[in-house]
Amino acid sequence: MIPSAFDYHAPTSLDEALTLLAQGGDDAKILAGGQSLIPVMRLRLAGPELLIDLGRIDGLRGIEDDGDAVRIGAMTPHHDIASSALLGEHAALLCAAARTVADPQVRHRGTFGGALVHADPAGDMPAPALVLGAEFVIAGAGGIRTVSATDFFEGLFTTAVGEDEILTHVRIPKHTGWGARYEKFTRVAQQWSIVAVAATVRAEGSAIAEARVGLTNMGSVPIRAESVEAALAGCALEEAAIARACASAAEGTDPPTDTNGDADYRRHLATVLATRAVLSAAGG
Amino acid sequence: MATAQSTRTTSITVEVDDMTYTDVVEPRMLLVQYLRERLGKTGTLVGCDTTNCGACTVHLDGQSVKSCTMFAVQADGHAVTTIEGLAQGGELHPMQKAFHEKHALQCGFCTPGMIMQSIDLIKEHPDPDEHTVRDGLEGNLCRCTGYQNIVAAVQEAARTTRESAVSTTEEGAA
Ligand SMILES: Cc1cc2nc3c(=O)[nH]c(=O)nc-3n(C[C@H](O)[C@H](O)[C@H](O)COP(=O)(O)OP(=O)(O)OC[C@H]3O[C@@H](n4cnc5c(N)ncnc54)[C@H](O)[C@@H]3O)c2cc1C
Ligand code: FES
Ligand code: FES
Repeated sequence: MIPSAFDYHAPTSLDEALTLLAQGGDDAKILAGGQSLIPVMRLRLAGPELLIDLGRIDGLRGIEDDGDAVRIGAMTPHHDIASSALLGEHAALLCAAARTVADPQVRHRGTFGGALVHADPAGDMPAPALVLGAEFVIAGAGGIRTVSATDFFEGLFTTAVGEDEILTHVRIPKHTGWGARYEKFTRVAQQWSIVAVAATVRAEGSAIAEARVGLTNMGSVPIRAESVEAALAGCALEEAAIARACASAAEGTDPPTDTNGDADYRRHLATVLATRAVLSAAGG
Repeated sequence: MATAQSTRTTSITVEVDDMTYTDVVEPRMLLVQYLRERLGKTGTLVGCDTTNCGACTVHLDGQSVKSCTMFAVQADGHAVTTIEGLAQGGELHPMQKAFHEKHALQCGFCTPGMIMQSIDLIKEHPDPDEHTVRDGLEGNLCRCTGYQNIVAAVQEAARTTRESAVSTTEEGAA
């Protein structure tokens, strides 16, 4: 179907985009890669009066070394994240997750910022961003503010980014040399995660020194499995020990029940996938 | 009665298959609609309403995209290649030849999109194994072939492309 008519602006500066967004009010929408927005516009589930395309603003796209962090522009496509050598070295978990998003064509257009602001509970980028301790740089009429990963994801499809604000960058603290695995469970190709587990691990000798474990689609927001992380600290690099540490992965979660599986099935999946993800991230 | 026709229009300049076009379009016009309905390039197909099937795949500045999930205005100032721009001087593209020779199509509806995505795939993976081919074609659905011959065609085109790269280098060195 053809979307309903709208006005279109492709500003070349962030200030111009923010002014247009403020003027447009409720009827205005940001267009990033369009890989979530255009499908819903085609189904006429969304009908914004004004689209503000961020695609022509310099400086919102790219991956840069920023001291103790890597700075990623909101308009950086999934494909660039998946294939970034810099991220491969300092935040391999992001590359691993980006490789599982949708299909190659969607990864060429869809953006990191768009996926985070869209905040689909089954989306693959939020959980890795959460466990890596991402800092979100958000621009609005009042200037620039920074929001921590723990405060960014507020609810189903809802983040700290206000209606009149734009996510410009994300800073990912370096996790140099940490092993990583994004274990995504789907039944068919090109599917959204039924459940996925994001794991990144720093091993020392034959034990895990530190681990970060995040869950996708186990609730309305991405979840950090803190009890698993605590149990993994100092854990031997052996399958049985790791499985024991991961047994609490679903603790305190409230996963959805839908045609892909009920909540209990998802809780079971979370523990199985956590074990696989951690083992693989640790090089096992 | 007032029509629902929008008066909101904008001018775009796009290079498509090595020709430059300037046109006035509604912002809501999808790139695939522009290609098919304005430029008459009906080689690019539409198979779904949900960004799943990949029949509409074209290259934007050399990268594969689904032209049903882009507005024509977003292509302003960019270069698009469609299935119709692949053959050069009456010679089929190596990927087109391989699909023909390996019988990688039945009804042919998925073929333009499959070929465009396969070209992108072997650019990134010059010597792909079967898993890599299937993974790289994840966003392209075929309802006829069962994919077997498509995989064979992509591997065949990858092989001929590698061989011709080697012979070009040798010629260059000679
Ligand atoms: C067939 C298909 C399969 C998919 N499968 C997966 C999958 O398996 N896993 C997955 O994670 N994703 C999947 N996606 C979604 C994909 O990752 C999208 O790229 C992503 O969700 C949205 O990014 P976008 O850049 O396309 O954003 P858009 O569609 O342009 O925008 C999405 C929303 O975010 C807002 N927005 C975007 N950027 C900003 C910004 N910088 N500041 C403020 N607001 C902003 C927009 O206004 C809009 O509301 C799939 C999409 C398709 C079409
Ligand atoms: S027409 Fe199906 S993905 Fe574009
Ligand atoms: S040949 Fe018929 S859909 Fe692929």
